[in-house]
Amino acid sequence: MKSSAQNRIRSISYAKYGYYFILPFFIVYLIFQLVPLINTFRLSVYGNGNLAQDYVGLKNFAVLLFGGANRTESALHRDVFNDLFNTLILWFGNFIPQLGLSLLLAVWFTDINLKIKGKTFFKVVMYLPNIVTAASVAALFLMLFSKTKYGPINSYLIDHGFIDESSPIDFVRAKWQSRGVIMFAQTWMWFGNTMIMLMSAIMGISKSLFEAADIDGANSRQVFTKITLPLLRPMVIYTLVTSMIGGLQMWDLPYLYKEGTAWNKNTETIAVFIYNKFHIIPQNYGYSAAASVILFVITSILGCVCFAMNVDKDDKKKKALAKEQKKLAKLQSKSSFGGF
Amino acid sequence: MNNTNDNYTRKVMIKSIVIMAVLVLITIIVLAPIYILFVNATRDPQAITNHPLSFIPGTSFIRNIKETINLNKIGKISYSAWIGYRNSFFITVSATALCIFFSALTAYGLVIYDFKLSTPAYTFILAVMMVPVQVTSVGFVQFMGKLKLTDTYWPLIVPAIAAPAIVFYMRQYMKANFPTEIVEAARIDGSGELSTFVRIAIPMLKPAVGVQAIFVFIANWNNFYTPSMILISREFKQYTMPMMVESILSNDKLSDQGVRYCAIVLSILPIIVIYCFLSRLIVDNVAEGGVKE
Repeated sequence: MKSSAQNRIRSISYAKYGYYFILPFFIVYLIFQLVPLINTFRLSVYGNGNLAQDYVGLKNFAVLLFGGANRTESALHRDVFNDLFNTLILWFGNFIPQLGLSLLLAVWFTDINLKIKGKTFFKVVMYLPNIVTAASVAALFLMLFSKTKYGPINSYLIDHGFIDESSPIDFVRAKWQSRGVIMFAQTWMWFGNTMIMLMSAIMGISKSLFEAADIDGANSRQVFTKITLPLLRPMVIYTLVTSMIGGLQMWDLPYLYKEGTAWNKNTETIAVFIYNKFHIIPQNYGYSAAASVILFVITSILGCVCFAMNVDKDDKKKKALAKEQKKLAKLQSKSSFGGF
Repeated sequence: MNNTNDNYTRKVMIKSIVIMAVLVLITIIVLAPIYILFVNATRDPQAITNHPLSFIPGTSFIRNIKETINLNKIGKISYSAWIGYRNSFFITVSATALCIFFSALTAYGLVIYDFKLSTPAYTFILAVMMVPVQVTSVGFVQFMGKLKLTDTYWPLIVPAIAAPAIVFYMRQYMKANFPTEIVEAARIDGSGELSTFVRIAIPMLKPAVGVQAIFVFIANWNNFYTPSMILISREFKQYTMPMMVESILSNDKLSDQGVRYCAIVLSILPIIVIYCFLSRLIVDNVAEGGVKE
């Protein structure tokens, strides 16, 4: 028996409150993210500004992708490709060691046979760099790897006789040294995060699989290649995609890790290009927006490729099998009907 | 039998020792830069010049801090820890509060109410979760300029209301842990819809709200890109803490190394303090809720 109050409440439709509650999110999203995204696409077909007479069509893209008639335009074209290349190099250089290291650590931490003491301590320590401000990390590494003999790293190398006092290593401007430092800093910041993500994925794998492998006498390498890795694939792909989206946007470190105000062309990423074209005179919104759109397209394509790779072959087979069975069942039911 | 068993145990033991050694080595590599930073912040500038790398803390910490805080008074150097802290705390706290409140509200709206656009709205939120910031930043700043909002804090705080990843997490949490009957009970007792959310749902969602608040706070404190995009005129009075660090960094007139290290320490101090107290909670929730913004 329901009370009258309950009945009254049942009869009121509360659907409108749902709209009220989600409205702020969508209004703010519209103004601060959706309109800006569309605006970026719009700006990419204009020159520096957005007046009707500034409309240039696809010229910005043509200049950035294929170069142009005059010197400045071909310089821009060279810069964009240089920066895209740097972005990829820096991302590869940090993602591969990062994934290798975090995979190894995650497997160790989740191994039931090994009794590692202080797991939480190690996890806490290894995650620490991830929460430190990226700008401060850049500042710190710039000071540690200072190119003069007064830099801590250089002074250490000199004191221990690895290099001569008169020729300290130029970690800030030299091509591979500066890239190396940024890759290291990036790995240092992110491997703890990746490790924890992978650990939770491994712990999601059913324990009975590992036990069964143990009973069958599989060694740890077999367990890793035959059980952990295949079942971990979705998580690895997820990490790959998120890291890639993050890596393509890499800005704080490459932007700050430089000598005073002198730009280092060896570590300039595409995000730095976008920022500089927008802020540094002679600024040009058009090129900046066009580069953003190119970045957007690259990100989307790579993301789609990764997710397409993620569709498991076994899964496909299973689906095909299920379809076949359904067909059979249908046929059977039809024939049984016919018999009836 | 006994022999093979022994053999096995020994193998595991050797492996454990090797792994332990590797883990300790990694720990040292991870902590070394931060340790050197803190050590150098306590050392006399002259000592740093003589021996740039040292693992023994000095005694000049108070002196360095004083010098750092008084920096803008002695020269043309645009650095002030107070202004940086004030601005960063203001932006971070308001953005975090807005982000958490409205994300919870949006998730609540999606979970509790049965309305036509509920599923499409959720699908939309999932779809836009991964659109990177840098891609939209040009259009964002230009549009904000049109609205006369550049060089103000509005574009740094208000967008926090729409955080798809946080909504996603809150919704998952609510689906699993929030008994919807309680809403109906509140209605019978005559509670309004919004007050049910504020007075009943939010307290019940405390664990999720707390964890997300920490992550959002850290992400906002560390944000350097958006402030440097939006604050076009580079008004010193508006600098956030990471911008203060940049300003110190690009100034080659500042020769006092102790002050430089100290400035970096000050910029990460709040985060480190939070981490000291809440590291367990943070690390345990990275996998589920630690979504980067």
